[in-house]
Amino acid sequence: MTKEKKTLNLNFGPQHPAAHGVLRLILELDGEIVEKADPHIGLLHRGTEKLIENKTYSQAIPYFDRLDYVAPMNQEHAFALAIEKIMDVEVPIRGQYIRVIFCEIGRILSHILNITTQALDVGALTPSLWGFEEREKLMGFYERVSGSRLHANYFRPGGVHKDLPRGLDKDILDFCKTFPKIIDDLETLLTDNRIFKQRNVDIGIVTKEDALNYSFSGVMLRGSGIPWDLRKSQPYDCYEQIDFKIPIGKNGDCYDRYLCRIEEMRESVKIIEQCLKNLPKGPVKSMDNKLTPPPKKEIKQSMEALIHHFKLFTEGYRVKKDEIYTAVEAPKGEFGVYLISDGTNRPYKCKIRAPGFSHLQAMDYLIKGHMLADVPAVLGSLDIVFGEIDR
Amino acid sequence: MSLINLEKKINSELTTKINSSRINHQQLEIQIDKESLLDVVIFLKKNNSTKFRQLIDITAVDYIGSENRFKMIYLLLSHEYNHRINITFSINEKEVVNSLTKIFPSANWMEREVFDMYGIKFNDHPDLRRILTDYGFSGHPLRKDFPITGHSEVRYSEEKKKVVYEPVKLEQNYRNFDYASPWEGTEYIKEVQKKND
Repeated sequence: MTKEKKTLNLNFGPQHPAAHGVLRLILELDGEIVEKADPHIGLLHRGTEKLIENKTYSQAIPYFDRLDYVAPMNQEHAFALAIEKIMDVEVPIRGQYIRVIFCEIGRILSHILNITTQALDVGALTPSLWGFEEREKLMGFYERVSGSRLHANYFRPGGVHKDLPRGLDKDILDFCKTFPKIIDDLETLLTDNRIFKQRNVDIGIVTKEDALNYSFSGVMLRGSGIPWDLRKSQPYDCYEQIDFKIPIGKNGDCYDRYLCRIEEMRESVKIIEQCLKNLPKGPVKSMDNKLTPPPKKEIKQSMEALIHHFKLFTEGYRVKKDEIYTAVEAPKGEFGVYLISDGTNRPYKCKIRAPGFSHLQAMDYLIKGHMLADVPAVLGSLDIVFGEIDR
Repeated sequence: MSLINLEKKINSELTTKINSSRINHQQLEIQIDKESLLDVVIFLKKNNSTKFRQLIDITAVDYIGSENRFKMIYLLLSHEYNHRINITFSINEKEVVNSLTKIFPSANWMEREVFDMYGIKFNDHPDLRRILTDYGFSGHPLRKDFPITGHSEVRYSEEKKKVVYEPVKLEQNYRNFDYASPWEGTEYIKEVQKKND
């Protein structure tokens, strides 16, 4: 009798709690071993790039909040920087500091969500309960500064929309004092936890070479031991003036990536503290009223301010003909915007480079030969959010 | 190595393959011919003085109305030297581009996305399917002649007990405002826009 080899096709998702959104993963299984994984994406495709081409530059910013919706401001940052570079606008130093503060808050937001849901995927419930309490506080800061907990629309070309409300800097500083303790607590639950280690150590190993070949960025790259962070290597805004470290991993497995994220949160807290301590005084956005709206008070008195305000909110500003690629170190990796402007008030093209897209692409490579139960562990450590992958 | 030296180096090594090069916003942009894409990318990846070992993104632009309708853009990054390079070339609607999947496995999905969004086909691509749009979708959404409202809409039909596809019916026309009015002097480029009727 000859044994016939038969594989089982398993449909994982699109509605599955461990799929981190609407991922349809078609798995070919030999027993419990995964032989092939074919992710079907696009179930959350909203045509962001097409919509941006049909909107003015200022109308396009809110779309960036809706990409990676766990760290919205980091995305806005890339778009704002692209426009600033083309228009050659200098952002006031206070504006830069505020942006960096909120970028790092976004990084913590994203990493808390990822670490705790990764733990949830491998069976630990408590971290998510503890972590989400902290996220709530951070989203409170988002709300106080922009009026909205998630979709902030706060970073604008030329600076930020408004200055920090009174008392917010103190509250963020208080958070920075208490938060490292929470990270320690999370670590007591996970770092040496036997089950967590069994599920993550030596799972989904990425070698240095493959991390480069598969266009990995962010923690996925650093977890494999490549010291690369755009905040250090191609600094934007005021990152050059800030002292922080880049944690890197050794083995490139899920566990190392978890450790990297934990350390990055600690570094983020340090960055926020430094920024708040050295927060300079002054304007938060460029004074060029062709790009940023004049203050409300002036509108009541100055004809010119009124015209500027009206023109900005109807026609918007024009960006001269140019092409540029700008990237920022978003929590998930290199988030880039390839912007082509044609001199009108709308982008001719705006390609969004989402880090998660390349990470998810490597799913087949990462999971081949692993057990079915490792699929959620690997997916969790990839840190995918479908808003940015499907765009 | 500075970007200017890199530009010189690439120009001298690949003289015949580079049509033009320039440095724009601290990034090197080179224009090549469609046929020399693979050679140029292999050189940039393997050569010790360039080491562009990561493909960041592949995209295309639709310049509708021009002879060569699409412009392909390849973004590469060198971690070692901290440089970025953009490789571009123009193609017309019927041309097929060579796939980079053999050199960079990550090109797979990026090329699938370009195919999905612009309808540009790739030679030797292992699996050129649509990626972001719906199963059974027709048309290429990021082409400039694709309407922003799309062609079909879906709803759940109570009678058929399933999701049905229907042509888009808009309660109100899509409003495409023409903001043409002088802001400052004569530099304004007026776009002739088709009015929605």
